[in-house]
Amino acid sequence: MNATRLDEDFTSSTHVYEPHRAGLPRFGKYFRALWQRREFIRELSRTSMRAANTLTVFGQIWLVLNPLLLAMVYFTLVFIIRGTADSDFLAHLVASIFAFTYFGGILRSGASSVTGGGKLLMNTSFPRLLLPLTEVRTAFFRFLPTLGVYLVLHIATGQAWDWTMLLAPYFVLTLTLFGAGMGMIFATAQVYFRDTASFLPYMVRLWLYTSPILWYPWEGQARIQEVLGDVAWLLYLNPLYSMLGGWSESLVRTSMPDTPMLIFSAAWSLVAIVTGVLFFMSKEREFVVRL
Amino acid sequence: MSSVSEVQAVSEYSVATAVKVENVSLTYRTTFERTPTFKTALVRLGRGERAVKEVEAVQDVSFEVPHGNAVGIIGANGAGKSTLMRMIAGILPPSQGRIEVDGRVSTLLALGVGFNNQLTGRDNVILGGLAGGLTREEIHERYEDIAEFAELGEFIDMPMRTYSSGMFQRLAFSVAVHMDPDILLIDEALSAGDATFKQKAAAKMKDLAANARTMFLVSHALRSVKDMCNDAVWMHNGRLMMHGEPKEVIAEYRKFLKFGEDAYSMEDF
Repeated sequence: MNATRLDEDFTSSTHVYEPHRAGLPRFGKYFRALWQRREFIRELSRTSMRAANTLTVFGQIWLVLNPLLLAMVYFTLVFIIRGTADSDFLAHLVASIFAFTYFGGILRSGASSVTGGGKLLMNTSFPRLLLPLTEVRTAFFRFLPTLGVYLVLHIATGQAWDWTMLLAPYFVLTLTLFGAGMGMIFATAQVYFRDTASFLPYMVRLWLYTSPILWYPWEGQARIQEVLGDVAWLLYLNPLYSMLGGWSESLVRTSMPDTPMLIFSAAWSLVAIVTGVLFFMSKEREFVVRL
Repeated sequence: MSSVSEVQAVSEYSVATAVKVENVSLTYRTTFERTPTFKTALVRLGRGERAVKEVEAVQDVSFEVPHGNAVGIIGANGAGKSTLMRMIAGILPPSQGRIEVDGRVSTLLALGVGFNNQLTGRDNVILGGLAGGLTREEIHERYEDIAEFAELGEFIDMPMRTYSSGMFQRLAFSVAVHMDPDILLIDEALSAGDATFKQKAAAKMKDLAANARTMFLVSHALRSVKDMCNDAVWMHNGRLMMHGEPKEVIAEYRKFLKFGEDAYSMEDF
């Protein structure tokens, strides 16, 4: 009717509500409504960043300072344990910590996105996927300034520049999809068990140690071969091994990541996002009665 | 362009059915705890207790409401009134049956407009509108009216955690009625706010009903149902007990309250 209208479903004269088949709403209608409300994601993400002072100068500095200090702590730790740590390792450590902080951010804020949305959920009918997706956007915009800091470090530590660095966004993409999928799963779990978020920090910490952040990917391979034999493939069971490993290889070492890293990171992220979206959508109509 | 299409829309609506509820039931599983945790679930499992309870919130309800009606929904706490409203709004899909809703729905089913108390009233109004599917332009068109009606003054640009409960109420009500709804769903909206605002709210709702809009009002205040509504629905334990003239429905409901459930055979309705 009106050219400025985004949402046909909202303005169309008749809505029909019937039981969902197989526990899932109709995909076409659902994703159309989601796309029509994309402005909500931008607005919510922007206003909540403003409320958290993320858009102020000190807010931005803190976003960078926090993971940077964490990297310093780990650098010292690794130096004490190994007795050696050079500037190349520092660059790898900082780049990986930044990416991991991004992933952890999606996971943590995604997990509480639904339970934190109480009143809006009780009052308004909208595709609930908007809530975890907003957190992905917010986490991404918090990740961006840290990239600038890494580039300065990249120059300062004298790392090379090469076309393989163009592969780094590919790994950020897989990391984002993987984080989004996991975030949706945790957001759903959080509705049923409110203490899920209390387990998350331990899980995230464990994940940090088992991913190639405090060690190089090839060191992990060598170590696992030394201890368990010819089973280096075990490392690929950790999705972050491929994603963070590939990120550091392409961005910091400017070398071509192993092919399995390229394949496994894509595969894991697709599995996570599809599972996350379907799991979330199959449960979202129950959210209102559980909140 | 918009004025022509609005006139057409109104004339179409005035003859059509606003809400058609056909054999609708909703059953859901929920827990006893207000905040369910994994810990309590484990404890319950250890004791061999069942933590999940099945709730038959609405059972086999059917009714039809033409446009231009003001429908009062009455019944005891837990009768399924709010659930029924949420189903009409599309927030809760039914587990059986079919609901047909004709037109744009605006709701005031839970207190508070948006959901983030750290954000200002303005931000919450915009976010609520965007989630409801309005465009940014449409929200800006309505924004001044919303702010003016709510009478919040400078508080509209303050974080909502600084609001009093009356202010929450006024803003929430103002947003709901200014969304240009064809169908307005209101849950106990008149129970808070000061006397002046109550009168203003009642006048606004009468105004909407007079303009061939449809309104559902969930209320325990039988008098306001009698005053404002020309149609009434009485719910009890998830079932529809009676649908008809407010006067008659309220009289039956009063009789029921006096003599209790036993005096009534539920199958009669």
